[in-house]
Amino acid sequence: MNRHLISAADLSLDDAVAILDTAEELARLAQRPIPKLPTLRGRTVVNLFYEDSTRTRISFEAAAKRLSADVINFSAKGSSVAKGESLKDTALTLQAMGADAVVIRHGASGAPYRLAGWVRGSVINAGDGTHEHPTQALLDAFTMRRRLGRLAGLRVTIVGDILHSRVARSNVWLLRTLGARVTLVAPPTLLPVAVGGWPCSVSYDFSTVLPDSDVVMMLRVQRERMSDAYFPSVREYSRRYGLDGDRMALLADHAIVMHPGPMNRGVEIAAEVADSPRSTIVEQVTNGVSVRMAVLYLLLGGSREPGDAPPAAAGLAAAGSGVAGSGVAGSGVAGSGVAGSGETL
Amino acid sequence: MAGMSEAAGPEPAGPAKGQGRGGKSVLGSDEIRRALTRIGHEILERTDGARDVVLLGIQTRGVPLARRLAARLAETEGVHIPVGALDITLYRDDLRLRPTRTLGHTEIPDAGIDGMVVVLVDDVLYSGRTVRAALDALGDIGRPRAVQLAVLVDRGHRELPIRPDYVGKNLPTSKREAVKVLLTEIDGEDSVTLQVSRQASR
Repeated sequence: MNRHLISAADLSLDDAVAILDTAEELARLAQRPIPKLPTLRGRTVVNLFYEDSTRTRISFEAAAKRLSADVINFSAKGSSVAKGESLKDTALTLQAMGADAVVIRHGASGAPYRLAGWVRGSVINAGDGTHEHPTQALLDAFTMRRRLGRLAGLRVTIVGDILHSRVARSNVWLLRTLGARVTLVAPPTLLPVAVGGWPCSVSYDFSTVLPDSDVVMMLRVQRERMSDAYFPSVREYSRRYGLDGDRMALLADHAIVMHPGPMNRGVEIAAEVADSPRSTIVEQVTNGVSVRMAVLYLLLGGSREPGDAPPAAAGLAAAGSGVAGSGVAGSGVAGSGVAGSGETL
Repeated sequence: MAGMSEAAGPEPAGPAKGQGRGGKSVLGSDEIRRALTRIGHEILERTDGARDVVLLGIQTRGVPLARRLAARLAETEGVHIPVGALDITLYRDDLRLRPTRTLGHTEIPDAGIDGMVVVLVDDVLYSGRTVRAALDALGDIGRPRAVQLAVLVDRGHRELPIRPDYVGKNLPTSKREAVKVLLTEIDGEDSVTLQVSRQASR
């Protein structure tokens, strides 16, 4: 496995399966009276969060603590970042403190990739701008495998604000690697220009896709990242792309409904759907801790081979492209084949 | 032994390879069977007919050995003992000396281990560090009344104050030698051989 986890696209099938299998063992250990393990004693994990996050930060913190690592939480508010310190200088500070791993969330796509060039420890991407959120995709895949027993051949429909969603990007790449078939459903304005180059299909009609889906993943409409009008009104969005009880009735009996959280009940997902037995939303949170323990163990649990090269150039590339395309709104899909599609992302 | 220095090396230990290198045979399949039968009887004697006993095999080759012990006792004595598997990777003291290891499967019988007599089963006892890790792992799972240790081969060179309760064969070795245990369930044949290792064992 790579020394860093920056992009789900970097993971080979073997890497991804190793993470899921390790997480499965660790999830079992979490049932014991004492779920704590001594494995990462003496290692230091820094949570470097430049963006607000509750569940991801807490999940990483819980994972590191269960493995007995020391955890240092760093949030940009109230730190020297507020005084104007650059990412590089913060990185060098962490380096001087001897961080074995840095878990970073940053508003700029590609920040973890830059960081990986500056610190000696492992860098784990906990969400960078609109680029990737690999551990979320891993926990989603883990949840699907637990519920449905397999990933190969699974039909996964991801619905909503694909343009701003790092969760969707990471899922598309990881699920492709794991052999699932992904369909994206969104208004044309909320699809990135480069979507034609992604290994997935696209649909604009939610209801026709539903009967053929094993998994429906609903995404939040990220209004904090939206500077333009992407759809006429929330009500119209909700009517065309929201998952309510009537739409849920179109699903096959075994199909599950996922949401990475935080949810906007009544916008992309109705309360009756979120609270139904099909919903895996709470399980996803539990599974998140096991998957992040697996990632920390696999990255930090062994010897450090000296002279490791910085990560393959995959991390950064197409990063911001989705946002860049946003101005052209309606034409987004049409132009898709051309734009950034050649990039590794 | 879970790869402390011999047995489970990083390369797959195929039977043909073992023979090809021409190690000195120590135990054949009949002798392994007899050793396990004897250990089984000793466990019965010393634990009052195996009351409250749980057999836990240490991954990887301790697991089939524990299963065989339980099967033998069920067959010959009609005693049914719960069997489980214990992976000690996360408790090892040498994690930082090697690349990350894959986790094995841990399976604790439903009855749990609280108040029970846990018999740890492993293929080779050497430095004692694997057993130390197993004891730590047990401490996080529950509180057994007692813990005992059964090994197929005791090759000496202990680095910790640990001793076995049941031994299939005492095998004096030099540190330069490696004991290779092959089991049908994993390797397709039963044998224990003594080989001169390429590098001195640590």
